Amino acid sequence: MSDVKLTITDREGQSHNVEAPIDMAMNLMEIIRSYELIPEGTIGVCGGMAMCASCQCYITSSHTLPQMKDEEEAMLSEAFNVKKNSRLGCQISITEDLEGLELTIAPEE
Amino acid sequence: MIKTDIIVIGAGPIGLFTVFEAGLLKLKCHLIDALPQAGGQCSEIYPKKPIYDIPGFPEILAGDLTKNLLEQCKPFEPGFTLGERAEKVEKDDSGIFTVTTNKGTKHQAPVIAIAGGLGSFEPRKPQIENILFYEEKGVEYIIKDPEIYRNKKVIIAGGGDSALDWSVFLANINADITLVHRRNEFRGSLDSVEKARKLKNQNKLNIITPAEITKLNGKEKLNSVIITKDNIDTELEVDHFIPLFGLSPKLGPIADWGLEIEKNAIKVDTFDYKTNIPGIFAIGDVNTYPGKLKLILCGFHEATLMCQSAYKIINPGKKYILKYTTVSGINGFDGTRKEAPKVVVQAINK
Repeated sequence: MSDVKLTITDREGQSHNVEAPIDMAMNLMEIIRSYELIPEGTIGVCGGMAMCASCQCYITSSHTLPQMKDEEEAMLSEAFNVKKNSRLGCQISITEDLEGLELTIAPEE
Repeated sequence: MIKTDIIVIGAGPIGLFTVFEAGLLKLKCHLIDALPQAGGQCSEIYPKKPIYDIPGFPEILAGDLTKNLLEQCKPFEPGFTLGERAEKVEKDDSGIFTVTTNKGTKHQAPVIAIAGGLGSFEPRKPQIENILFYEEKGVEYIIKDPEIYRNKKVIIAGGGDSALDWSVFLANINADITLVHRRNEFRGSLDSVEKARKLKNQNKLNIITPAEITKLNGKEKLNSVIITKDNIDTELEVDHFIPLFGLSPKLGPIADWGLEIEKNAIKVDTFDYKTNIPGIFAIGDVNTYPGKLKLILCGFHEATLMCQSAYKIINPGKKYILKYTTVSGINGFDGTRKEAPKVVVQAINK
């Protein structure tokens, strides 16, 4: 299997079922951009270095995700609209463990 | 009034390389950038991070790339208006543009190259009710003149280098300073964290963590803030509240210049990256076209092609043909000349 299925809710509340390849070293932020689910320039602003929070997502399914590294935790501590289930999309690699993952893109800051 | 051939908006890598390419065509550039230093994102966001896809450089730090580009364009004597944001553009009957910054500096040229990246960097504002009301009435997002905080009660919020560094600086000029951060850990350099810790131990800096500012009070100006820690609210009297949550790019006033905008970027013709306004070009991350890739290396190409058309606008009808720098060398406006060493022609058998 080379794809996982994800359900992504955009900033307008519209939900999208998408397929994400696991063999292209992509992350959640890049999947959202590749499907153009929200306008360019409003996500992945820092390029995926955990230096902005434009790709903040709320994970709504019960998946166990890789633990946050310091950079992600530090950025989220300064981000706005942060909830308990907040993660930075750019820090979550697409792997087969993400099959069925559901998430909502956080509002623009 | 600053007069030049090409006004370059944005002093990032693409803006800097424009100076070089324009210089080869004997065109002079003046760069405007909202940040106080050249380099754009490369200096502001990730100076210490490596880039691996600059042709010919297997690995280069973003800060070093900026340094190299500055050196490369130096012979062409670029002018700089830094720390000012290009605000307004006007075109007169003879086709000359005037670009005015937020501080009123005026620039004139027949060509504008917008190399604005993701836009100008604006402070991120915390979502506290009424914060807009208190702007310039006790709330400041950028420290312009530290002297105004001397002997004042100041509260800084944030957990990065700038929050730490300014807390240390202001504590040292006798401001009564409190630093509030949502976590116990700070994301600053080791040196900044150490300095802050030392001042805290000397009771010169009050640090409250994990906590946040949740309310601002004051009738005409800011008088106090509410600090929430462990769900308990405490009121603290202050003269100034300085939230330092970093900067985020905004397309800003450029969006209102009548340029065709698509996907938060300026639509261009890939022939020479011209916009819908004759004489205004857009290059690098700020533009969009079918197949666009936001890469520094693509921006370099765009800058090079754009300069050819800029030449034709500035020198109508005047002939020019592309020359190779290896053949013709570099003739700097500063009188310097660089050229390939001459081939030695000498007989070996006499």
